[in-house]
Amino acid sequence: MTGAVASSVTAPVGTTRLTSAPAADFATHLATFGPLPTSNPAVLLSALHDSGLEGRGGGAFPAWRKLAAVPGRERARGRRVVVIGNAAEGEPLSSKDATLLTVAPHLVIDGLLAVAESLNGTATYLYVRSSVLGAVSRALGERRDARKIELREAADSFVSGEASAVVSALAGRRPVPQDRPFLLTESGLAGRPTLLHNVETLAHIALIARFGPAWFRSRGTASDPGTRLVTVTGGGRPSTVIEIGGGAGLNDVFRFAGIDPAGLSGVLVGGFHGAWVPASAGNVRLDREDLARFGATPGAGILMGQDARHCPLTVASAIATYLAGETAGQCGPCVNGLSAMASVLSRLARGERDPSLPAELRRLADLVTGRGSCHYPDGTARFVLSTLTVFDADVRAHLAGTCRKEHS
Amino acid sequence: MTAPRSLLHIDWTACDGRGLCTEILPELLARDDWGYPLARTRGAGSDVPVQERLLDAASEAVALCPRQALRLVLGT
Repeated sequence: MTGAVASSVTAPVGTTRLTSAPAADFATHLATFGPLPTSNPAVLLSALHDSGLEGRGGGAFPAWRKLAAVPGRERARGRRVVVIGNAAEGEPLSSKDATLLTVAPHLVIDGLLAVAESLNGTATYLYVRSSVLGAVSRALGERRDARKIELREAADSFVSGEASAVVSALAGRRPVPQDRPFLLTESGLAGRPTLLHNVETLAHIALIARFGPAWFRSRGTASDPGTRLVTVTGGGRPSTVIEIGGGAGLNDVFRFAGIDPAGLSGVLVGGFHGAWVPASAGNVRLDREDLARFGATPGAGILMGQDARHCPLTVASAIATYLAGETAGQCGPCVNGLSAMASVLSRLARGERDPSLPAELRRLADLVTGRGSCHYPDGTARFVLSTLTVFDADVRAHLAGTCRKEHS
Repeated sequence: MTAPRSLLHIDWTACDGRGLCTEILPELLARDDWGYPLARTRGAGSDVPVQERLLDAASEAVALCPRQALRLVLGT
């Protein structure tokens, strides 16, 4: 696996991997990581399997499984496979994909090329936010092997990164989720087998192809191997993107980002479609196993600290209102149910002392869950339910008229 | 119980809550707060299990849906 690695290059040590090159240009990239070894499909598949790499776009789907799901050449005969690097990153609290494309675009390109090559003859796309089009375009122009990669600007909306919405956008249609009778890996863009990877996932693939699965697993935990990029917000500071080892403690991550965890009442893990981890839970590890009891996952590595002095219901109400406004507007239960939830949560946040409000929120959350063509209503319902559970004391204080926190 | 189950799939992107399906299949579908079909089976979401004896009615609902928002996926 590592035979093709230039001997002058050593694998990154510590948790600074994706972000270890001192500059973003191709020459620095090659000097830091060495050239991308030629990938044999079976070797890449087995390296990804052994690495335990999971998708970094939020879904946490095992990277090797996606690759294995693309039909064999026999089944796909005559149909070129499509590989898409997805950096739509519609979640407002996330900026790690844009940061990655700015500081290490060539790792993403390498990962895309490695996956494409292992699938033998493909169309390749990079779907990125307008803010990084320039940086990516410059990187693509620096190398001959990237000429066939098509760079496309992502739509600016929360749902733009949903897999079927990406495919729809690339096909020239509205960038909204589709009701799909087939898996994208069977029939996606133009009816071809289509593989979508988050760009951070591709960058990890580029490193695993070079340094192997054992190196990848030398950081992180058994259930969250490797490193991951996280976007940390809170404490009134601008958001920061940092690379951490999988399973790092939440409080440690906040300290590393310059935010004192003692001033937080909880952390929203996974962004607006994530779930809250209360401060009382202690230094919970950012690992699937530790987060499961809160209904959260590491997801796309989005962490928002909730200032303990501020009312969390007011913050949650603003988020629910934003999410209701970001529905793609296609599915009735989502269009109606999300605005109904936002309205009830807003009444609770504003101090209306109607004891039936929490139960009505739970009923609405249950009513919308599973009733859309994508998981948008489900994610919104999960966030609202998590708010009611984790900030139960605040809910009671509102109903009793005794909440003394700041509501601005 | 071991018989493979058939599913009535609702394409929410097409459905606009006319409610014809809920009249043809009252045993399977109620209407939610806004008139959209709501599976009586809890947690069925977009894919509603259809018992064998209701397959004909389900096919009729598929054929008559003015929005062509239903699809019957037969258990095989």
